[in-house]
Amino acid sequence: MSTDTLARLVADLAGGRIRIVDLTQTLAPDMPAITLPPELGQAWPFRREEISRYDERGASWYWNNFSCGEHTGTHFDAPIHWISGRDLPNNATDTLPMEHVIGPACVIDCSRESAADADFLLTVPFIEDWEKRHGKIPPRSWVLMRTDWSKRTDPEAYQNYDETGQHTPGPDPAAVRFLIHDRDVLGFGSESIGTDAGQAQHLLPPFPCHYYMHGSGRYGLQCLANLDLLPPQGAVLVCPPLKIQQGSGSPLRVLALVPMP
Amino acid sequence: MRPKRKNPILRTRLPTLPPHARSRVALGLTAAAALGRLELQRCRNCGAIQYPPRETCHVCLSDRLVWEPQDGAGELVSETVVHISQELFFRERAPWRLGLVRLDCGPSVIAHLHNGCAAPPARLRVLNCLDRAGQAVLVAVPEKETPNMAEDRQLREMSCDPRNRKILVTDGKTAVGQAIVDRLAAAGAEIIWVGYAEPWKKFPGFERIKTIPQVTLMPLDVTESVSVRELAGEIGVKVDILINTAEHHRTFGIAARAGTEVARAEMDVNYLGLLRLAQEFGPVMRSRAADGRNNAVAWVNLLSIFALANYPPHGTFSASKAAAHSLAQCLRAEMLPSGIRVINLYPGPIDDEWNQLILPPKLAPAALAAAVVKALQDGVEDVYPGDIAQDWLARWRDNPKALERELAQS
Repeated sequence: MSTDTLARLVADLAGGRIRIVDLTQTLAPDMPAITLPPELGQAWPFRREEISRYDERGASWYWNNFSCGEHTGTHFDAPIHWISGRDLPNNATDTLPMEHVIGPACVIDCSRESAADADFLLTVPFIEDWEKRHGKIPPRSWVLMRTDWSKRTDPEAYQNYDETGQHTPGPDPAAVRFLIHDRDVLGFGSESIGTDAGQAQHLLPPFPCHYYMHGSGRYGLQCLANLDLLPPQGAVLVCPPLKIQQGSGSPLRVLALVPMP
Repeated sequence: MRPKRKNPILRTRLPTLPPHARSRVALGLTAAAALGRLELQRCRNCGAIQYPPRETCHVCLSDRLVWEPQDGAGELVSETVVHISQELFFRERAPWRLGLVRLDCGPSVIAHLHNGCAAPPARLRVLNCLDRAGQAVLVAVPEKETPNMAEDRQLREMSCDPRNRKILVTDGKTAVGQAIVDRLAAAGAEIIWVGYAEPWKKFPGFERIKTIPQVTLMPLDVTESVSVRELAGEIGVKVDILINTAEHHRTFGIAARAGTEVARAEMDVNYLGLLRLAQEFGPVMRSRAADGRNNAVAWVNLLSIFALANYPPHGTFSASKAAAHSLAQCLRAEMLPSGIRVINLYPGPIDDEWNQLILPPKLAPAALAAAVVKALQDGVEDVYPGDIAQDWLARWRDNPKALERELAQS
């Protein structure tokens, strides 16, 4: 039975009946990194230094050293990332169950609202309205908030800072609680630089998506791209982070399997 | 006035240097010139002042000689113009005016003679300058400042005046970077490229410098090799003066901050940033060191007086500046054959947010900017602007170990 399922999967992939959509931003030095107040510890941005390029440092080969923080580019947040999830079992990138990194994807389109208001907050009524149109969010799903933020290729527009900080969309505290307790989601994904809104330090609790999701063993994905190519329901998300010992997260390649009509 | 554009049909000349062999004792004159001072040897035994520098007193043969500052006042006794020289450097620059000057303090010296100096007998002032070989030479200039004095053809061979130059300031987001841009614009720089990293972070004053006519903003992040390479590819062939203002400053010693993240960030900007800039801009600037009057002439590093002796409350910052100081010596050695001057600034605490808890006196960004432009105009190599820097320098020269103890207990 399961052999048949997998055989059908590869046949459907080969036949174009299932399409693979890459939800990953390219890791590049100019990809905006998380910015914190300067007195706090800082994540390294992505950097690349050549080891050799068919030259006197290595005549026949080209390769680089790269450096970055665990939360750089399109990346995964493990529960241990937040203080609320620090004591949970299997809460780091090397110990979390692999069954959690493949699952159904529900894509909630907030692109119109985010274009009108960079501080847009996803609410419970908004989710319920989405469910009326596209069906209830199944248990153990990944919920992805589509904002089209990844289409902002200008780093300034992507970060969207003013003198009061960053302005990017995210979920409000009640919506996060609803997704965890009433829908039992695996995790929450966003297109901007955090799973929380840019102004989420002013919500109660601050950074509710990090606080509640990680506190109940759920995950985060951020800096996703191409969410506009996914159906509201029906795609399958594949997002295994790097197996970093006691890692709080990692850059990763995120794929979606999308059934073609 | 603005130098004529070069004729692109003609070969760009390779740099040549004036004669640069000096005895070890004569390097005492170079050490003074690096600071922009005229110092001559005085005999502690008989009081005689002598030139050229020697191991012993030319009057009493005592070896008790000390270097002492002189004002350089003197009288032009005679002059000559060199038309034919065996030295390639002067052969390319003939005719060249030289004068015999009797200094009021005693010795008679042969000096390069500024065109503004009247025919002998005439009062004038002798400066101790670094030439293109980085060695001390004496230059006689008019007693009183004259208009466009710095534009003299011979003096310009010693100085790196920013007038009509194309200049890259690597970080325009800081108060110091912006003050330097202002000062360069006022000093007549032709083009000022101003680097900025992380465009999403807005900083005070940044909008204003955009409006200065000479200024063009350029993306540049010295922690990122590709960014440095791309900018060098774009404008490297035009940069006459590079002023590296990129700096990362945090205020921790070892115990006050866990981990290496802060120290690493300081090293990445302050040390590796200089290395990246030097690797990408160094070669192209060296290739243009003799490019007529529009040539590459100088490289300026913003170091810190903390580079000489560690200031423990800013311990890892001090260490990164010490590393940059050492690398700047390497850069100077590599630039020397081309004649491009490497100027190091060692300011004391600058009046900015990272020195908030340090008591005055602190160096105003505008004062530091003035010191940068003056260093370029005077052609000096090492600058210790401000009272704190001067005080530390004096204590460090007197007894480095004593300064280390004093700083440990401060």
